[in-house]
Amino acid sequence: MELLVQSVSHDFADLAVLRDISFRVAPGEILALVGPSGCGKSTLLAIIGGLLHPQKGRVATIGAPPDGSFNPMTFVFQDFALLPWRSVADNVGFVLEHAPLDASERGNIVADVLRRTGLVEFAHSYPKQLSGGMRQRVGIARALAVRPELLLMDEPFSALDAQTRDLLIEDFVSLMSGNRMGAVYVTHNLEEAARLADRVVVLSRRPARIREIVELPLARESRDALFVAAHQRSLWSLIRDEAAAAAREIADA
Amino acid sequence: MLEGTETVAVRFRGGGFTPLPGRYSAWLAFLIGLAAWQGVCSLGWVSPLFLPSPFRIAVALSQLVISGEIWPHLWASLIRIGGGWLVGTVAGLAIGLAMGLLTLARAVGMPMVSALFPIPKIALLPLLILWLGIGETAKIATIALGVFFPTVIAVYSGVDAVPRNLIRMAQSFEVPTAAIVWKVILPGAMPAILAGFRISAATALLLVVSAEMIGAETGLGAFVLEAGNLMQTDRLLAGVVILSLLGLVIGRAISILERRLLRWR
Repeated sequence: MELLVQSVSHDFADLAVLRDISFRVAPGEILALVGPSGCGKSTLLAIIGGLLHPQKGRVATIGAPPDGSFNPMTFVFQDFALLPWRSVADNVGFVLEHAPLDASERGNIVADVLRRTGLVEFAHSYPKQLSGGMRQRVGIARALAVRPELLLMDEPFSALDAQTRDLLIEDFVSLMSGNRMGAVYVTHNLEEAARLADRVVVLSRRPARIREIVELPLARESRDALFVAAHQRSLWSLIRDEAAAAAREIADA
Repeated sequence: MLEGTETVAVRFRGGGFTPLPGRYSAWLAFLIGLAAWQGVCSLGWVSPLFLPSPFRIAVALSQLVISGEIWPHLWASLIRIGGGWLVGTVAGLAIGLAMGLLTLARAVGMPMVSALFPIPKIALLPLLILWLGIGETAKIATIALGVFFPTVIAVYSGVDAVPRNLIRMAQSFEVPTAAIVWKVILPGAMPAILAGFRISAATALLLVVSAEMIGAETGLGAFVLEAGNLMQTDRLLAGVVILSLLGLVIGRAISILERRLLRWR
C-alpha cells in the first residue's frame, strides 16, 4: 500500500496552516515530517489519518492493504492515549474488540505483541503504574496489534526523557526491520529524523509548505553517530532561519 | 584525613508541615464531646425537656428498635428515597449523557437546566400534590426532581471532561460509536458521575425528611415532627440519630462503589 498526499491545504478560521503539501510514501518507507514548532505537522498527520478533513486536496492510498490488517493506517500518539481504567493487556485488546475475532484469537494477538514489545510481565498493570517509556511501549504494542501497513506517529517519543527515548528508538528500529510496515513520523527532533527516516520532508514555518525533501541514503541499522550528526546538522541548516522566525512570531503574538 | 578537624553536623530543618495519620484522635474527641454533654445533663444544668442526655437518647432509640415502632417509618423513608433517587438518577443519566454527546441536546438543555436547577424542589411539593395527589407519588416525584438536576450536571460535565485524545484514539482505530460511548466516555466520566451520586444522595435524604414533614403520617420526617409536637425530645433526637446513621451508610456505600469502580485511579 502506498500513501499519496495531493495538494493538501488547510486553515483554522483565519489561521493559514498548510499550503499545497504533496508527497508519496512508498510501502515500508519511514518518512519523517520536520519543521519549526507550531508549523502544522500534527495537523497534517491528522489529515493523513482521516481525523481531520482537509479544506483542499486529498489523501489517498494506492494498492490494497495486506490481508489480515485490521487498521492499515494506525496512530501512535505523543501522549500515549491509554485508557487509564484498563490494564496493559486490555488497552491492547481494546482495539481488537470490534474486529471479527473470537476471544482466543484476540488473546493470542495481544500475547504476541506484548512479547514483541517486552511487556509480558506488565500485562496486568495499569497505565498509572508504568513509567512514560513503558506507557509508550503499550502505545506501540496497541498499534502493532491491528497489523498496520503504515504507522502515523505524532512525536511519539517527545514526552520521554533522553535516555528512555534512546532505548525506545533502538527497540523501534529493530521492530521495524524485517517488517514491511512503513511510517509517517512527525518530530521536531532532527536527530530522531536522521536516525529513523528514509526520507525527511522539511516544512517551512506556518503556513507550512514543503521546503525540501531530503533522502537519507544508508540503511537504518547501519547508521552510526557520525552519520546521524552530519545529517542532523544539514537538516538544521535547512530550518534554522525558519525556526528562529517562528519563535519570534510566537513571542510577538 | 578528618582527624583533628572540627566537624559540625548539619542542623535538621525539615520538620513539621507533614500531617501524620491520627487514628484515634477523632474518636477520642467524639467521646469527650459525648461525655461533656452527658455531664451537663446529669448535673441538671439544662432541662431534659430541651436537651435530653445521650443516655436518654440511647434508651429511647433502643426502645424504638425493640418495640419495632421505628421500622415502618424507616421503611417508608427508604422506599421514598430509593424510588425517587432511582427515577431521578436514570433520567439524569440519560439527559446528562445526551447533553454531553449531542450538540442540539446541549444547546436546548443547558439553559433549561441552569434556569430550573436553583429552584428549591421542596417548594414544588404542593404543586406536585395538586397534580399527583397526596399519596406517595408526589413525594417520590419531589425527590426525583431534586436528584435529577445535580445528576444531569455531574454527568454532563463528566462526559465533557473525558480527554478528547482518548476519543480520537478510539476513532483512529475505527471503534464503533456505541462502543466509544460505552467503553471510553462512560468510564471516563465515572469519577464525576459518582461524585454526583454523593450530592444527589444527600439531596434525596434532605428532601425525604422535608416532604414527610409537610404531608405524611409515616416516615422518619413525620416521626421526628410528631415527637417534637409532643415535646418528646429524646425520641426526636433518636430519630435524628437514625437519619444521620442513614446518611453515613449511604455515604459509605458510595465510597465502596467508588473504590470498586475507580480502582485504576
